[in-house]
Amino acid sequence: MRTPIAYFLILSAALFAIGTVGVLVRRNALVIFMSVELQLNAVNVALVAFSRMHNELDGQVLAFFSMVVAAAEVVVGLAIILNVYRRRHSAIVDDVSLLRG
Amino acid sequence: MPLDNVVFWVFAPISIGSAIGMLFQRNAVHAALFLIVNFFTIAVFFLILGAPFLFAVQIIVYAGAIMVLFLFVIMLLGVDREETLIEQLRGQRPLAIVLGLGVAVELFFAIRAGVGFATRGPENFDEVANRGLVGNAEALSRVLFRNYFFPFEVTSILLIIAAIAVMVLASRRARAITRAEQAAAVDRREPEPVA
Repeated sequence: MRTPIAYFLILSAALFAIGTVGVLVRRNALVIFMSVELQLNAVNVALVAFSRMHNELDGQVLAFFSMVVAAAEVVVGLAIILNVYRRRHSAIVDDVSLLRG
Repeated sequence: MPLDNVVFWVFAPISIGSAIGMLFQRNAVHAALFLIVNFFTIAVFFLILGAPFLFAVQIIVYAGAIMVLFLFVIMLLGVDREETLIEQLRGQRPLAIVLGLGVAVELFFAIRAGVGFATRGPENFDEVANRGLVGNAEALSRVLFRNYFFPFEVTSILLIIAAIAVMVLASRRARAITRAEQAAAVDRREPEPVA
């Protein structure tokens, strides 16, 4: 393998930073959630790259677990967004600034 | 130029570009489509890093299941309108971009200090990591079911809890009709037009 491991890690860092900016800048709750998914995937790339670097499969197993947790998290998060939308008829986070029903 | 280098340099710009496209796309459906492209490129990176099982799982779980769920909810809510650019907190957007760049630069220096650009993946990854087993899936299952068996079982409980939670959260008729609401419904019916 000729590509340095650091290239994958830098790519992962760049994707993570883009996801962070997405979470901070966007107003639509669904797009914020998508940015969180992007961050999770960026970390997965780093985990698999470290797995390759150390010649062990443990990193891949951890990436696998993070995918499972991400799937569970997406389902619950989307249900919460759905409930907020039913109550407020908006998925924009600025409209949901009160912690009252 | 070896093959994995070529694949990396072809897919890395697509990956970064689709992520930035998602960031600046004001339509939620288009943002979701950009994210699907990004997930596919990440699957390709898994493949060249020697994780073909995760490549398949990435496409099935992320590009398949999760993004379909996202698109379904976007269509269901009808929030494919463009969002406003009005800032609630003044200066939050530029500050967020500056901080994001800061995170990227900091991570870059951390990687340069911690891993360095000379470290390359070992050539014999498949033989060493797979321990003489047939393939990546078999070797991964060996690690998963021997060293990580308890976390794996906990994961299954987590998925069941998530499924039940979603059924509770998303059902409309879970709430029983209260007496007050019944009375209100009767009140609304009562005033009959007098002929």
